[in-house]
Amino acid sequence: MTMKRISIDPITRLEGHGKIDIFLTPDGDVAETYLQIPELRGFERFCVGRVAEDMPNLTSRICGVCPEAHHMAASKALDALFHVDPPPTAKKLREMFYSIFYTTDHTTHFYALGGPDFIMGPDAPPEERNILGVIKKVGMEIAGRVLKMRRDGHNMIEMIGGRKVHPNWGLPGGVSRGINEEQRKEIERLGREAIDFGKFSIQLFNDIVLGNPDYVRLITSEAYTSRTYNMGTVDANNRVNFYDGMIRVVGPDGREHAKYDPKDYRDYIAEHVESWSYLKFPFLKRIGWKGFVDGVDSGIYKATPLSRLNAADGMATPLAQREYERMYEALGGKPINHTLATHWARLIELLYAAERWVELATDPEITGSEYRVLPTATPDEGVGSVEAPRGTLTHHYCTDERGILTRVNLIVGTTNNYAPINLSIKEAARSLIRKGTTVTEGLLNRIEMAFRAYDPCFGCATHYLPGKMPLTVVLRAPNGEVLQTIRREPPRWEAKSDS
Amino acid sequence: MSDKGRLAIYWAASCGGCEISILALNEKILDVANAFDIVLCPCIMDTKTRDVEKWPDRHVDVCLFNGGIRTSEQEYMARLLRQKCKVLVAFGSCAHEGCIPGLANLTCRQEIFETVYFETASTDNARHVIPLPETRSNGFHLALPVFYDTVRTLGQTVAVDYYLPGCPPEAPRIWDAVVAILEGKLPAPGSVIGAETTCCDECPRTRNEKKIKAFNRTWQIIPRTDTCLLEQGLLCCGPATRAGCGARCPEVNSPCIGCYGPNVGVEDFGARMITALASVIDSNDPDEIDRIIREGIPDPVGAFYRFSLAHSLLRRRALVPDAERLELPRPKIAAQA
Repeated sequence: MTMKRISIDPITRLEGHGKIDIFLTPDGDVAETYLQIPELRGFERFCVGRVAEDMPNLTSRICGVCPEAHHMAASKALDALFHVDPPPTAKKLREMFYSIFYTTDHTTHFYALGGPDFIMGPDAPPEERNILGVIKKVGMEIAGRVLKMRRDGHNMIEMIGGRKVHPNWGLPGGVSRGINEEQRKEIERLGREAIDFGKFSIQLFNDIVLGNPDYVRLITSEAYTSRTYNMGTVDANNRVNFYDGMIRVVGPDGREHAKYDPKDYRDYIAEHVESWSYLKFPFLKRIGWKGFVDGVDSGIYKATPLSRLNAADGMATPLAQREYERMYEALGGKPINHTLATHWARLIELLYAAERWVELATDPEITGSEYRVLPTATPDEGVGSVEAPRGTLTHHYCTDERGILTRVNLIVGTTNNYAPINLSIKEAARSLIRKGTTVTEGLLNRIEMAFRAYDPCFGCATHYLPGKMPLTVVLRAPNGEVLQTIRREPPRWEAKSDS
Repeated sequence: MSDKGRLAIYWAASCGGCEISILALNEKILDVANAFDIVLCPCIMDTKTRDVEKWPDRHVDVCLFNGGIRTSEQEYMARLLRQKCKVLVAFGSCAHEGCIPGLANLTCRQEIFETVYFETASTDNARHVIPLPETRSNGFHLALPVFYDTVRTLGQTVAVDYYLPGCPPEAPRIWDAVVAILEGKLPAPGSVIGAETTCCDECPRTRNEKKIKAFNRTWQIIPRTDTCLLEQGLLCCGPATRAGCGARCPEVNSPCIGCYGPNVGVEDFGARMITALASVIDSNDPDEIDRIIREGIPDPVGAFYRFSLAHSLLRRRALVPDAERLELPRPKIAAQA
């Protein structure tokens, strides 16, 4: 039996690297697919021996697209480790900073990473299917708004936390500096403009995506639907919260599976290992690892903007709540299992983040002078958890009595999604590639769209950024006749070549 | 046919922060796109590796290469891009000196694998499965790049034309470098494109005679906002660190952690820091000095070699001689016409 292999190498328009292999049966159907993540950096090992207070800075280098997420999870883990409770001003500053970051990061994903597939079209020429193509197509008036949002967000992050990329601000017990009234006014002003931008982005999505019947068919098609569990962090009212709360897991049927304090994560989550990837596969312990299948009996879960909205009962701010209700009404109630709807959920989160930004910027305590307290207890062990834009992020540290790290465990946003991403790719490939299909570049891009909705961050996921693997493609008809050749030589760094 | 230059941006063992810093050029990114065809940037564009392999040699004018080299695949891409471009820039701390992932040179592959795949609190792997360079799954053959014991810099792997330091390089410095390239005003090949002063020179805090009796962990004191952080006993790396960032971390009351790498003329960042700290300790008694250091600096290598370990005189912790090592042939790159 001759197996042929199609490779997408590297996957692009995401944070991080990976390679997709699609194996075909002699009939030309898809037998199996693999998303391999080819690397690892080893933060969980080389952070041992470091001083715990370095972790906000060390772990932010896991990812330069979402360093604020690691910085925040690390700061919270340090609070727990040192048994210190930051004062209210400190917590509000952290959450405001985090909301600004969320608005900026979700903007980056929609306009530069995932959005070009919709704005330019999935089959647009690759040279145009990117942010530069988007800018040319939508024109400078709209492009200017996108650039302004990112510039404003980054400037505020730098003003508050020190730097646009890799801020240096979090400490056990608070943050290294607060804000004054002049800064607060600027933060509020730009926050109100960010709310407008959030509304504008949702309108753009309505016009370009929801107003296009082909795209709606794409979103609701079985090719991009998978029925897994959903994870997200919720506040005391079961509303989505990015900074703090309980972790809630809801099944594909809408029923609550678990709701737990993040420090108890090990009772609910475990990580599975395969020999063909450097990245591990988290799953729900109480259900178990059943392989790459979905459904209520499989421990696979998603932790994405859509999962967060599925796992919550609503949004905590009014404009976002209206959009939340509109989305569920449009797509048939809760939970939504259409992976591409994640792009919509992400924009609803963008709007919520901007509203929360302004709520906190107008809080009377935000300019308070108590932005730090000094810990007094001896450090030993602590867990800190936030919602990274790409999924629930957990940092777990153990130290000796001097605060030198002895053990580190990190479960990072995209890692949660590694199994469902594999599943989504398989489903898309099986749907799109059948006997007789011409495999075009656009078709392979449509398979990549199955992962792009997750906004993956594989640098985060492996605590490493992996690389690419060149490979060869020959597509044969069932009778052996060569239908198409897409030539990519076997990797030159491999010890043996493929047969 | 375009008469624009060709620009490639590539990421190896990195975090994506350098790409975000490039995007922080904001509107100036359009000036870059006007001056160059951006032919490779996997973060935001769909060029695939096979497209790169097809390019003639020296097809690309400038390649901004960020990330360290720690797998066989990254070594391959470093060599490939060296061949395909005229000017190769080690962009950012990882490519320049290894950066924080270079701290993995304090350990080795076996220890990393044991921790990640066997020992972390949530790993469920009773069969002790580990990722393998070659494996079979459901009858299919799958391969992974080899994970080396040692993180290397770009300059330790291929010849590098310029270095742009920083974790990440700040957008204004990136723009300065782009302008220098376009105007042909680059320094001698092999140079770092950057300032020739230290972060201290950019820092507005007042400096007096530095004499301290103890070093403080950052969570032990709330520092004064107007005076030098090192004088207050915090381990600020400003004295050894090249300027370029505007001393942003001290601006928010955090000590400099050294992400811009060593200043000009400093061969080993850690050695320079040790010298700087030795000169501020207020004691001539060796036992007292020893105590001050032990109590205040419990992790010297993390404090002094946070970004520069891979490039330093130390390079890495000694590997145990009989540790498992895969001796694989170095990847060869075919020349393209």
